[in-house]
Amino acid sequence: MMISAGIDSGAKNVKAVIIKDGAVIGKSIVPTGIDAKEACGKAYDQALSVAGLTRAEVEKILATGVGKKLCDFAQGEVTEVSADAQGVRFMMPQVRTVVDVGAEEGRAVRINEQGNVVDFAINDKCAAGTGIFIETIARALETKVEDMAALSEQATKEIIMNAQCAVFAESELVSLIHSEVARADIVRAVLAAIADRTISMMRRVGIEKEVALIGGVALNKGFIKAIERELNITIAVPTDPQFIGAIGAAVAAA
Amino acid sequence: MAEEREFWRWPESRWTNPELDWKQGRYVTCGIDVGSVSAQGVILVDGELYCYGNMRIGSVSRDSAMNVFNKTIEGTGLTLDDVHFTVGTGYGRVNVPFSNRAITEIACHGRGANWMYGPGVKTVLDMGGQDCKAIKIDDKGKVAAFMMNDKCAAGTGRAMEVFADLVSLPIEDVGDTSLRVEEEPPPVSSTCVVFAKTEASGRLRAGWSREKVLASYCSAMAHRVVSLLERVTVERELAITGGIAKNRGVVKRISYELGFDVLEPMWYNKAYADRGFPFDTQIAGAVGAALFGKALVEKGASK
Repeated sequence: MMISAGIDSGAKNVKAVIIKDGAVIGKSIVPTGIDAKEACGKAYDQALSVAGLTRAEVEKILATGVGKKLCDFAQGEVTEVSADAQGVRFMMPQVRTVVDVGAEEGRAVRINEQGNVVDFAINDKCAAGTGIFIETIARALETKVEDMAALSEQATKEIIMNAQCAVFAESELVSLIHSEVARADIVRAVLAAIADRTISMMRRVGIEKEVALIGGVALNKGFIKAIERELNITIAVPTDPQFIGAIGAAVAAA
Repeated sequence: MAEEREFWRWPESRWTNPELDWKQGRYVTCGIDVGSVSAQGVILVDGELYCYGNMRIGSVSRDSAMNVFNKTIEGTGLTLDDVHFTVGTGYGRVNVPFSNRAITEIACHGRGANWMYGPGVKTVLDMGGQDCKAIKIDDKGKVAAFMMNDKCAAGTGRAMEVFADLVSLPIEDVGDTSLRVEEEPPPVSSTCVVFAKTEASGRLRAGWSREKVLASYCSAMAHRVVSLLERVTVERELAITGGIAKNRGVVKRISYELGFDVLEPMWYNKAYADRGFPFDTQIAGAVGAALFGKALVEKGASK
């Protein structure tokens, strides 16, 4: 009866997952804020509470994510690439390409039949193609991230955005709004631009089916549709895609 | 909506040379530089600086060129008909309907920097509103090589606007404020403005002073810009043009990284320097354009 935990200390949120005998029995998500160490503890305790366990009953904890070194109660670390691979294998063993788009980093990882990482690409230098960009755009358009998908479906015209940079895109957006271009058309164009960024990262590792998208941005159905449209394939999105990294860390700890 | 101070609104300006009478001159030439964030106009009378105007533009439109021309000639009695030749430059140069020629901003900045800073300049760094250029020139201001970044906000005016807004400080004070630190803090870890902003927000919340946050960003920007410069191989002297040249926090740190001082923003022309004519680094492109105009009209180029 092996009980293990995984903590994914991300740029925006900390995710904690408890696994017992190969099944997820508790999970929690907490904003990272300015104190990642505190957020890790909070997420862990909340997940334990859901699982009905105490800290003492967990045999091993591993941490992943950009803030993994700040998780002072973890017994070791797992790289984010490895956590993504192990997490998606746990949930969907048929996946060969997993793309993790988080708040401030994007990753594309190719895995083989045995679940080993074959190749990977990371974007952690440029905000375009990450969650923070989508939020900035949503704010500029005065729309909620959850509503972007529905809005994008109402688009009637295709606009090409020139900017490759999130900062310039925001200015370009403001001009588009002032020129009275329909918000639906703008949302569609922005989602296509971000999808583009993600796709070029995916191409760097090679796109092998099945393809899964994880991370917080995978919750944005409009973004998924934009990628599917461009690549002409179906993308699998596991339930609770933001927890896959933490699941991977917990699996590694088991 | 509550009245909010817009910290990115840097002060606009114009100036007329009190010692020149344009009516006494032979050739009146005009340079109009329409950028993505600002526009400048310069009038030269027989190659002497007569007047200039520098203003923000919301977004480039067909009116931008005319608006900056009007600002430039304000109070001088000049009209478009009195101008013998106009050269348009900048991102919006195709939108200068009254120009007689359009010339690239690379060529105009090279020429302008040479005229303003002197023939010793071999490298020009133009830090504009939405792009950043490293230009190598000869002693006549002719372009030998250049590298440009217009895809990424790091190293551009927009980046500085984001930071001025973040710390709620008027943008013209950012440079000096960033220098008021006892020791240099580590630069922000990311070149990307969006990530740098998040990092800086966190630091502000954790108790960093505005001075320290600005210092760490100016430092990162200087570093980014020096990487661009190294791709054209920096040769002294180095002159900086564009809006960020007015940000002493970035300029000093660029000098520090390069290991030598970049040229002080002052007139190479001793008469201008002695008379205290204002030296506005943002007009370099328009100056170069007006100089090209003078050369063209002297060669008999027709309007």
